[in-house]
Amino acid sequence: MSLSRAKSRKRQRLYLIGAALLAAGGAAALGLTAFRDSVVFFFSPTELAEQSPMDPDRRLRIGGLVEEGSLQKLENGSTVTFTVTDMQHDVQVSYTGILPDLFREGQGVVAEGHMNPKGQFVAQEVLAKHDENYMPREVADALKKSGHWEEIEKQNAKNMRN
Amino acid sequence: MTDFFEMGGYAGYVWSSYGLTTIALLVLLMVSLRGLKKSRRDLAHLETLLKSRRPRRKKAPVRQP
Amino acid sequence: MHRFAKPSVFLRLASAVMPWAVGITVLTLAVGLYLALVASPADYQQGDTVRIMYIHVPAAWMGLFCYVGMAICGAMSLIWKHPLADIAARATAPIGATFTALCLITGSLWGEPMWGTWWVWDARLTSMLILLFLYLGYMALVNAFDDPERGSKAGSALALVGVINVPIVKFSVDWWNTLHQPASVARMGGPSIDPSMLWPLFLIAIGFTGYYVIVLILRIRLELNERRIRALQLSGIGEDAPGSVQPVYNPEQAGAGE
Repeated sequence: MSLSRAKSRKRQRLYLIGAALLAAGGAAALGLTAFRDSVVFFFSPTELAEQSPMDPDRRLRIGGLVEEGSLQKLENGSTVTFTVTDMQHDVQVSYTGILPDLFREGQGVVAEGHMNPKGQFVAQEVLAKHDENYMPREVADALKKSGHWEEIEKQNAKNMRN
Repeated sequence: MTDFFEMGGYAGYVWSSYGLTTIALLVLLMVSLRGLKKSRRDLAHLETLLKSRRPRRKKAPVRQP
Repeated sequence: MHRFAKPSVFLRLASAVMPWAVGITVLTLAVGLYLALVASPADYQQGDTVRIMYIHVPAAWMGLFCYVGMAICGAMSLIWKHPLADIAARATAPIGATFTALCLITGSLWGEPMWGTWWVWDARLTSMLILLFLYLGYMALVNAFDDPERGSKAGSALALVGVINVPIVKFSVDWWNTLHQPASVARMGGPSIDPSMLWPLFLIAIGFTGYYVIVLILRIRLELNERRIRALQLSGIGEDAPGSVQPVYNPEQAGAGE
């Protein structure tokens, strides 16, 4: 008698905790969906194009791949310009400062700054975003030779669009 | 051998990662071992007192709070 | 289930497991570290900084794994009032917190040379920092009450609510865009890490798990002893302590020898 009472109380606690967890999980999911835009770390060039013209005072981050062949050094020596692309839209970026070691053409990048009236993004900070692939140099070379490299690049561009 | 220590120019980052991990894990291990030893000493001391006071009683309940 | 929850049974089981745990931990960490630091190749992009991954990623796994373990033990202690479940949850917290902190620190040491920053507030890094705060909050909470049972109730509740953060950490890189790269190992289509780099990763992960088992057993023994001490003190033993008494063989610890 008392044993079965204890058992049903345990079951009650189990259900109660399960229900509480579900409720908390639901609340978290709702909250995170509502604040989705503020959780987003950067905008892709496509998202930026949808919102243009941008308020020049608004600080924001843009992310994408550095377009191959777009990196240029200006005459003063420390300012660079490059194009950030998600393969659908492009944004011109200018930046004065030291680039991270992993900054490469064809690789991911996240820049923080603002749009100037000419539609160029003036970056105060440039961060490199690398992909989830890790391999020795020989393997990378072999992939490039066999033509599988483009799959990886396509995937990276897709990841950037998110 | 120098390649091994230089880590391609990233020695500071790589070695401090491994160093800090080693230190943190060793410290946690040591703290746990020391605490265990101290608790054993304290417990043995109390058990002696218990025995000398109530020699016929069996062990006191262990865990039910 | 209930049989293993008895401290005497646990202590006997733990003594049997301990030598194996020590052996596996030492062996996997020795081989793992050799592979991680010497025998594995540098990454084609990141060079030798990729070696930080071999502790960063296993530490992250352990941080999440320990948290899930802690929350399950917390639930068991709330529902079935298992004293051992509560003790296991309390013993897990500092281990999980250490691994989470190490994940954040090594991540920072990796992010600075590669990304160009020590820290950003993206979804992955922020949710991992919240994980650390959940551990710290749990540890503060269970020790904040004079009555250990009330402390463990409050702590278990926090641990359970916080478990929502675990899938957020894992999927943050898929749900939102982040500076942190997507998953490399547990992902659709298999790992995107070369096999020569996966071996040190897995070996060190096994080593960390072994380390967790060792320290968990030590800390559970410690906590069991302290509860017994508290029970004895509450029953009035030791209040009139006549100073130093020679320690004697203690049957309570017969199963707890090293």
